[in-house]
Amino acid sequence: MDTTRPAGVTRTPTDLTQASRSPGGVGESTSRPDGILKVTGEFAYSSDLWHESMLWGHTLRSPHSHAEILSIDVSTALAEPGVLAVLTHEDLPARVRNYGLEIQDTPALATGRVRHHGEPVALVAADHPETARRAAALIRVEYRELPVVHDESSAIADDAPVLHPGRADHYAPHVAHPNIVHRQPIVRGDVTAARARADVIVTGEYEVGMQDQAFLGPESGLAVPAEDGGVDLYVATQWLHSDRRQIAPVLGLPEEKVRMTLSGVGGAFGGREDLSMQIHACLLALRTRRPVKMVYNRHESFFGHVHRHPATLRYEHGATADGRLTHLSCRIVLDGGAYASASPAVVGNAASLSVGPYVVDAVDIEAVALYTNNPPCGAMRGFGAVQACFAYEAQMDKVAAELGMDPVEFRQRNAMSQGAVMPTGQVVDAPAPVAELLRRVRDMPMPPPRQWESADSVGAAGVDIRALPGGLSNTSHGEGVVRGVGYAVGIKNVGFSEGFDDYSTARVRMEVVGGEAVATVHTAMAEVGQGGVTVHAQIARTELGVARVTILPADTRVGSAGSTSASRQTYVTGGAVRRACEAVREQLLALGRGRFGASHPGWADPGLVLEGGKVTTPAGEVLAPLADVLEDESLEVELEFRPRPTEPFDVRTGQGFGHVQYSFAAHRAVVEVDTELGLVKVVELACAQDVGKAINPQSVVGQIQGGTVQGLGLAVMEEIVVDPVSKVRNPSFTDYLIPTILDTPAIPVDVLELADPHAPYGLRGAGEAPTLSSTPAVVAAIRAATGLALRRVPVRPEHLTGT
Amino acid sequence: MRVNLTVNGRPQQADDVWEGESLLYVLRERLGLPGSKNACEQGECGSCTVRLDDVPVCACLVAAGQAEGRQVVTVEGLADLAHERAGSPAEEAAGGHRAEPAPLSPVQQAFIDAGAVQCGFCTPGLLVAADELIERVPRPGDADIREALSGNLCRCTGYEKILDAVRLAAARTAEPAAAAGAGE
Amino acid sequence: MDFLRPTTWEEALAAKAQLPGAVPIAGGTDVMVEINFAQRRPEALLDLGRIAELTTWERDGETVRLGAAVPYTRVMSELRRELPGLALAAHTVGSPQIRNRGTVGGNLGAASPAGDCHPALLAAGAEVEAASVRGTRRIPVEEFYTGVKRNALAPDELIRAVRVRTATGPQQFSKVGTRNAMVIAVCAFGLALHPDTRTVRAAIGSAAPTPLRVGAAEEFLDSALAEAGLWESRAVVPPSVARRFAELAAAACSPIDDVRGTAAYRRHAVSVMARRTLLWTWESYRGGDRTEGGTPCA
Repeated sequence: MDTTRPAGVTRTPTDLTQASRSPGGVGESTSRPDGILKVTGEFAYSSDLWHESMLWGHTLRSPHSHAEILSIDVSTALAEPGVLAVLTHEDLPARVRNYGLEIQDTPALATGRVRHHGEPVALVAADHPETARRAAALIRVEYRELPVVHDESSAIADDAPVLHPGRADHYAPHVAHPNIVHRQPIVRGDVTAARARADVIVTGEYEVGMQDQAFLGPESGLAVPAEDGGVDLYVATQWLHSDRRQIAPVLGLPEEKVRMTLSGVGGAFGGREDLSMQIHACLLALRTRRPVKMVYNRHESFFGHVHRHPATLRYEHGATADGRLTHLSCRIVLDGGAYASASPAVVGNAASLSVGPYVVDAVDIEAVALYTNNPPCGAMRGFGAVQACFAYEAQMDKVAAELGMDPVEFRQRNAMSQGAVMPTGQVVDAPAPVAELLRRVRDMPMPPPRQWESADSVGAAGVDIRALPGGLSNTSHGEGVVRGVGYAVGIKNVGFSEGFDDYSTARVRMEVVGGEAVATVHTAMAEVGQGGVTVHAQIARTELGVARVTILPADTRVGSAGSTSASRQTYVTGGAVRRACEAVREQLLALGRGRFGASHPGWADPGLVLEGGKVTTPAGEVLAPLADVLEDESLEVELEFRPRPTEPFDVRTGQGFGHVQYSFAAHRAVVEVDTELGLVKVVELACAQDVGKAINPQSVVGQIQGGTVQGLGLAVMEEIVVDPVSKVRNPSFTDYLIPTILDTPAIPVDVLELADPHAPYGLRGAGEAPTLSSTPAVVAAIRAATGLALRRVPVRPEHLTGT
Repeated sequence: MRVNLTVNGRPQQADDVWEGESLLYVLRERLGLPGSKNACEQGECGSCTVRLDDVPVCACLVAAGQAEGRQVVTVEGLADLAHERAGSPAEEAAGGHRAEPAPLSPVQQAFIDAGAVQCGFCTPGLLVAADELIERVPRPGDADIREALSGNLCRCTGYEKILDAVRLAAARTAEPAAAAGAGE
Repeated sequence: MDFLRPTTWEEALAAKAQLPGAVPIAGGTDVMVEINFAQRRPEALLDLGRIAELTTWERDGETVRLGAAVPYTRVMSELRRELPGLALAAHTVGSPQIRNRGTVGGNLGAASPAGDCHPALLAAGAEVEAASVRGTRRIPVEEFYTGVKRNALAPDELIRAVRVRTATGPQQFSKVGTRNAMVIAVCAFGLALHPDTRTVRAAIGSAAPTPLRVGAAEEFLDSALAEAGLWESRAVVPPSVARRFAELAAAACSPIDDVRGTAAYRRHAVSVMARRTLLWTWESYRGGDRTEGGTPCA
């Protein structure tokens, strides 16, 4: 069963070189430099890697959600032909045995206890995946089941099992129970007095189910042991340097001996911010002295990464009769599951963004994340803001209804704008066109009614069932179908917050290749599909006037780029590439002045530009081709770029300049609901978003549409179902459903570009905001169609039919 | 066991194949053709879509032994397939030498031009499915495109630009002149 | 594991007799999922893909004899007139790629209560042609499903074909899923009018341990239609009759709560689908359509 492949075929990431006939710079919809590789099947994703004599790694995972491990017997598994290693916690080589993004509470392999269903317990390396699977099944683990902590009341009960005894993290001192990861209150203004002024008070309790990132490329990678005792790891991740910081200590290696290269990433959406198979593959490779490849299947993938925090949100809003919000109080409980992951930061986001893009002077806010035996939850697109947006937007509709006001008008009346004060006291010092975004989606033309009535009959005469709720399943030919329209708007922070030292590194080189000036950009930015590599090439062209740009594979030979998350990469790594290009440009101009300055006075002009492969004066006079300036010089600059610093939120009041930037999007959803069967067809999801500056307009629209559909999924179908003993019931694409192209509507997008003066090119991180407002807009539309309150997402047919 | 099959026009042989292996595994791990993707291995995502004796199927659900003697076309063979179909110069030159690989097929080029590729993991399967749709229905309506691609999940794009790409590819295929100027 | 590749039906039967643990595989859309996820490690796979006669169908008197390995796509495109209910059901299976491979024979072999073909076969009237080296027998489809994922086949038997009564009136199939494509049934309903015998047959899927006909509902409807002379008058079915039929259909369910849906919802949805499919088929009958079925797909 040996894996045989043509000798010498080793797929590893390659340079991406892209020429452009057009200027191909900032603001143009240039195509992806990795596009051709991706459409021809040549692009090397992390699951495509191959190395001569490589082994396959496999993980044995816990069938229990909470249990003591009494014993592990690997002898039978080890005796299986083709098996080269079986590892348990006893084989961990270093004193450091845990990892974690912020709190190192996650065991590399379960030690004495498992805290969630699917926790890794043992590893196998074998010559074929089937051999490894078979051997894993032969490992005998003796468990003793423990009581399960699965919700707030069971987690904070006096006698609750403490999931992480002896916590030493810096959140531990200010939480009331050791099963609370972090608590962030925010208080501002006088809620009691404001409540007394309110003409209406509206309360509501909302629930958000556990959503999965469901990226298509499974967790995977290849670890190759090196001569120096270190390891080369090719992997799909969101942040190479953060991975390395967590991996190296568990391997007992200095960081420089863990050399990481980003392989092709099949989507991420937050789910690759935490480690999955990285440490495991390295452990097996170091033990066997052979390259080891690990690829999760879809079942394992559901256990292999963190999910979006499920949440319970209790809100109270007050308003005066003329439609002004008086106050807000809320309590947001996020289920962090068995390990901390990004829970503290999710709490910070949920609390600080819990009011939404509205002006409310008096607030009393509390957000907490729990430790439970449920699956660990962490980063997912929208990160804490998604849960809050579902609740506050439901409340906004409810208050508007109570006041007898139009919901859009009510929102506009309370909408924040530039200069507004966040509940944290931070002044919004860039455009915040909330009312305008709402106006734009409201004014878009409505999709025509009854689009299923079609000459293009499918399923029944005069009807195209593909346009109806139920679609191809042929449940309605128009019976019971009611249309509804709903609106929502949201606010998302951009970049890392709360005093985190956020920065990115870029190395840019310029030299002559084949008679042409070429720029090479090297960063550790994880390209996960968002188009960061496209943007880097555009920035290099704009700043350096070249046509041809080479993007080197992201790896740890260059400094950290930070994570591809928090809508931050175009801002922060884009900003670093721009700065590095500017520095290279200065060097080039200095070179040119030295070479040609004496022969042409134009070189003294301080405003020289690099354009079309030439140095020109602001008036357009060509001074010299770039290639002539460079000759055989190679100019290279590596530097770090930092957005403006933030500060932590006060532990008691939540006050603080916590966020770098804010991003806004609004949606109008038009849905058709089969009210008898409780099935939903989203007919259209219109979006308006301010992106500051669209560096690549086509990519921006793609981000908005993609984020919008993930929000649609949360609204009507996506949920990891966890049973009362904390076991996952639907770890498959058969039962965890994400939208197909037949569930997805037309998504007209209106992009605003109001520059943020603090950001490179005025841009605004765009990736997450559309994921926020999409969900509440869809649910508002379903409420409009059915008249039901709908406090929970995803909305299930049972909720719509009272069954 | 040994499996013989023809992939993208070339006879291929895989040895020591475990009887439970899928065609997808054989393509990816034994024949050096990892373009077909392994997103779910349960027929629920379409990322492994290949043509088996012309018919689009999920390669993950074809047992390797079932492919014995069959013709398989993967994303790696789409460009050649398109050029054969069009009876293009690439075909005429096939008897002699072909210094460069065939240029992209219309669907491949359209996916790039329309911005239908983000992470790209769903792309190979979508391309095979879309290419087959356009071969069968030269000018598909939107609902036809949606139905034909309803077995291919994409998590990045929200599908709008995939629809754009298929419309564009169909238009360019029907009217090859429109394809002029495509690409960069 | 062995991989057996018979090229004739006789070889296949001989192989199955010799190795009853061999799992037949045609489209592979169920079996390979279990193999890929290590849920099943049979001693052998018995590939039926090389036996030409399994992939053909022919009319045989009042029935269509549908080869066990005819893929759903061909049922949809070639049998819309003869087997409209089954064609509609086939159109709801999985995705185009799955419909290109999956087969009615495989659906019967798996005998999942959620299999999409079953309600359509039960409504139309069908027999499973089971064969072994010992001979061939026909099993009425009502008797074929013996439990959750269990069927009436003997260990040495293979499904050669399913014989489905050719439609003599309109048929419908409806299935609830929580997505608009590529979804497993939360529950399903098949209904066929048989004007030649003045009977209606209807069946549920995924709402009981096995697919089953809704006997009491059928009997009620047969007599209600007969008493009011509706077969002859082609008048509208009174709402009270449709409602009662729907109630009886729901009463025939013994569903469970699972991750795909609650028992209560399944019962409710079956009643809605029962009413709608009855009205759709009856409208077609009133309009003189012999059948109502799927139209070609893209």
